[in-house]
Amino acid sequence: MSDTVELPDLANELVSLAHENEQIEVCVSRNRSTTVKAYSGEVESIRSGKSEAVGIRVIVDGQQGFATAGSLDRRVLSQVVEEARGNLQFAESDPHQGVASPDGVDSPDLDLVDPAVLHMSEEQKSSLAIELERRCLSADPRVSSVRTAAWSDGWGEFALASTTGISIYSEGGSCSVGVQPLAVEGNETQIGYAGDAARRPDSLDIDRVVTEAVEGATGMLGATKPISERLTVVLEPGVAAAFLGTIAGALTGDRVIKGRSPFAERLGEQVGASMLTLFDDPTNIDSLGADNHDGEGLAARKNMIIEKGVLAQFLHNSYTGRRVGVSSTGSAVRGPRSTPSVGVHALCLDPGTGDRDALFEKVVNGIFVRGVNGLHSGVNPVSGDFSVGAYGHKIRDGALAEPFSEATIASTLQRMLLDVVAIGGDFEFLPGGSGMASIAIEDVALSGM
Amino acid sequence: MSMKSDSPLLDRNLVQDTLSEAMSNGGEWAEIFVEDRQSASADFDEARVEAMASSRDLGAGIRVTVGDITGFAHTSDLTTNGLFEAAQAAAAVAKGGSQVKPIVLDGNGLAESSARILPESVSKTRKVELLEQTNDAARAENAAISQVNVRYSEGRRRILVANTDGLFNADDQTRTLLSVNCVATGDQGLQTGRETVGYTVGFELFEEHDVEAMARRAAARAVTKLAARPAPSGQLPVVIERGGGGVLFHEACGHGLEADLVNKGASVFRDRVGELVAAPSVTLVDDGTMGIEWGTVAIDDEGCPTQRNVLIEDGILTDYMWDHLRSRSAGRPASGNGRRQSYQHLPMVRMTNTFVTNGEAEPQDIITDTKNGVYVAQLGGGQVNTATGDFVFGMTEAYLIENGEITVPLREGNLIGNGPEVLQNIEVIGNDFAMGSPGTCGKDGQGVPVGDGQPTLRVAALTIGGTAS
Repeated sequence: MSDTVELPDLANELVSLAHENEQIEVCVSRNRSTTVKAYSGEVESIRSGKSEAVGIRVIVDGQQGFATAGSLDRRVLSQVVEEARGNLQFAESDPHQGVASPDGVDSPDLDLVDPAVLHMSEEQKSSLAIELERRCLSADPRVSSVRTAAWSDGWGEFALASTTGISIYSEGGSCSVGVQPLAVEGNETQIGYAGDAARRPDSLDIDRVVTEAVEGATGMLGATKPISERLTVVLEPGVAAAFLGTIAGALTGDRVIKGRSPFAERLGEQVGASMLTLFDDPTNIDSLGADNHDGEGLAARKNMIIEKGVLAQFLHNSYTGRRVGVSSTGSAVRGPRSTPSVGVHALCLDPGTGDRDALFEKVVNGIFVRGVNGLHSGVNPVSGDFSVGAYGHKIRDGALAEPFSEATIASTLQRMLLDVVAIGGDFEFLPGGSGMASIAIEDVALSGM
Repeated sequence: MSMKSDSPLLDRNLVQDTLSEAMSNGGEWAEIFVEDRQSASADFDEARVEAMASSRDLGAGIRVTVGDITGFAHTSDLTTNGLFEAAQAAAAVAKGGSQVKPIVLDGNGLAESSARILPESVSKTRKVELLEQTNDAARAENAAISQVNVRYSEGRRRILVANTDGLFNADDQTRTLLSVNCVATGDQGLQTGRETVGYTVGFELFEEHDVEAMARRAAARAVTKLAARPAPSGQLPVVIERGGGGVLFHEACGHGLEADLVNKGASVFRDRVGELVAAPSVTLVDDGTMGIEWGTVAIDDEGCPTQRNVLIEDGILTDYMWDHLRSRSAGRPASGNGRRQSYQHLPMVRMTNTFVTNGEAEPQDIITDTKNGVYVAQLGGGQVNTATGDFVFGMTEAYLIENGEITVPLREGNLIGNGPEVLQNIEVIGNDFAMGSPGTCGKDGQGVPVGDGQPTLRVAALTIGGTAS
C-alpha cells in the first residue's frame, strides 16, 4: 500500500506535523525476507514476507511519549503520532530528555548497498539449502541427519528524521546460512551448529560452515562430565563475543547512570589485563555491524572502551550523554519499534599473534570452550556474577584432548577481565558483527563431578 | 483499522477467497492466520515514569502445504490485493494444477475476551499510580535499596484462524503483567531482586494481587543477597521450592517431548513412549486450558482447542506434544500445541503451561531430610540441548542447606544437569503444588508466553555452577 512512497519523504512529512514547542523523531522502515529450509533432500519450507514499521517519539518540556506500529498505512501513521502525544502526558519531565541534535561529526560514508542478494532466484536459494544438508550428511558417516539446513536473506530500508534537522536514510541487505547436523554413535546423539552471514551470497564460506557444524557434532561424541577444578579456560571467538558483549553492556551510560553497573566508578582505572583492548567500530566495512549512523541519526564512529586494560570511556546516546555532561558517542541502538538505548554496533577485540594451536600451547591444564548455555539465566551484569553451562574439549599439556559436557564455568565479570592471560591471533568477524579472537582466562571454576 | 468485536477479524468471504487463491496452484491444504495485537507499557525507573509506549500490529500469515513441503508468506496489508499477493507467494511451493474445491467454513470466527476489565479501558493515571505504589513499597522496604525499576505491560492479541478443512476459529487473548527489579547496594557491591506477577487476564489482575507485597519480596531478595556467599562448585542434592522451579521440567524434558524435535531425531526421548523415563512419583502435564495462567489460550495458533495433555504419568512416558503438521503425518489428533510468535512466523510445537503434579511429602520434611545441599527459592530462565538432554537453569535466590536447615544465601549462578538422569533422580515430591512466574519460552527465534509449576521437590544431585570449592 505504501511501496511507492520514499521513506525519507514520509519521515520528514510526519516531522512537519510537530506543534510549536514539540520535538518529534520519526523512524520508518520497510523490509522483506525469505527463509528456505531443507530436510531429507527436499525443500521443507519457504517463508517470505514483507514488513513495515514506524516508531515515533514526541517530547514536550522534557516529557517523552513513544508509539509504534507495524504498518505505514497513512491512517495508522496519524494514529501513532496521536498515541505518542497521549503517552507523553504521563511521563515525568526530565530536562535531559530530547532528540539528538546534529553534532558536526561526519558519517564514514560507507557503501553498504550490494544488490547481489536481490538477484538470487528461489531455486538458487532452495538448492543452496539442500546442498548444505547433503554436504553435512556426506562429510562424516556418523552424521545421521540434519535437524535444520537453512538459507535466509533480507533487504531493508530505514529512514529517520527529527525536528532538530536530522534526516538520514539507509538501505541494504544480507544473507545467511545455518545448519544443525546430528551425529550418532551407539546410543549417543550430539548436535552441532554453524552458520555464516554476509552482504553478498558469494562471500558466504559454505565449506567452513559444513566443517565446523559437522566437527561440532562429531567432536562432542563421547563427551563426559569433567571433574570440578579451577583452571584456565580458552573461549572460542563466538563465546568470547558473548562474554565481552556482556561487559560492553555494563559499560553503557544507561547502566552507569542508573546504578546498575559494577564498573560505574572506575573510569580511567585498570579494569582488565594490559593485553586487553576493546572498542566499538561500526566504521569498519568488514563487519556486518558496520553502519553510517547510529540509532538517533548521528554519525557512526569508532569508540575505545577498554584500552590496554584501562577503562577508557562509557558509551552514550544523546540522553545519557546529556545526563553526565558529555556528548553522545554515537552509540544509540534501536529499531523503529523501540526508543533508543545504548549499545555497541560492532564490538572488536585487538587480537594477539599466532594461531589457535599456539594459544593452546600456552595452557598446561585447561578447557577449550566451544559453546555456552544459559547466558540469560546465569550471568548478572549488575552484580557481575558469571556462571554458564559449557561444553568443549579439555586442554592437556598444551594440546586439545577429549570432549567434555554437562559442566559450568564460573567467575565474576570483574575478575575475568583481570584474569585474561592470552589472546589468540585467530581474529574473525562473526555473523553477529563483532570482531573477535579466542581468549584465555585463568583461575575460572569448572563445575562438573 | 479498528474492528468491532461482534464481527470476525477478517470478513468471512475474504477469508474464503484468500484460501481459494492459496489453493489455486495445486496446494493440498491452506491456512490463513490473522492477528491484531495491541500493547502498551510503562517504565518506572529512578523514581519516575520514564516513558509510556504503545504499539499496534495487524497482519496475516498464509500457509500452503503440498506433501511435506510448506509455503508461507506474511503481509501487513489486509486488503484483497495484499492478501492475494501473499496467498500466491505461499502457493508457489505447489507446482501445478489448479483443482479448487469450494471451501466451506464451519464456525463463526468470534471469540470471548479473556479479560473482565480490558486494560485499554483503564486510565493511564491509574496505571501510573500502580507504578508509584510499587516503587514506593520497594524503596521503603530497606535503606540498602538503591534503584527500583517497575514495568507494567498489557497486551491484547486477537487471532482468527481458518483453513481448507473448514476451520474458522478465533481467540481474544489479554495478558497483563507487572514486574519489579530492585538493586541493593552493600559493601561487597550490587545485588538484584526481581518479582513478576502476570496472568492471562485484564486489569482485574490488580484486584486480586497485592503489588506492595510483591515489591517488598523483590526488595528483600536483593537485600538478602548482599550477604550472599559464592555458590558451591560441584554436585549436591537440590531442593526446589514450590512454584520456583517448573522451568526445570520445561527444560529437562518439556522441549524433548515436542514432536517436531522428536521426529527429527533431535530428542533423547525419541522412541521411548511406554517406558519408565522418570521416578515413579513424577506426573508431568502440559495444559493450555489452565485457568488464567500465563500460557493459557483457548485455541492454539492453528485454531485447535487447547487441552490437558498428560506427558509423563507415574514416571512412564505417555505422549509427546503435537501440532498440525506433525500430527497429520503421524495420523493422530493434534494436541493444541501449535503456536507462533506472530503472524510473521510459522507455527511449531510449543508448550503452554507445563507442570508436575503433587506428591505426598510435607515440604518441611523434604528440607529436614536433606543433610547438605542447596535450597533454590527462585529460578531464572533455562536452556536445553534436546539432542543430549543437557540443560541449565539459573538460580536467582538460593541458600545452603546444612544439617537439614536452610542457612546462608548464595550468589547467583546456573545449575546444570541431564534431563533423563534428573528425572530419574527426583527423590521426593511435596504436596504443596504452586504455579510459578510468567515466562517467555524461546525456540528457533520465536518467543511465546508459557507457564510452569511444581510442588517442592528434591533432586538427588545436580551440578551447581558456583566458584566455592
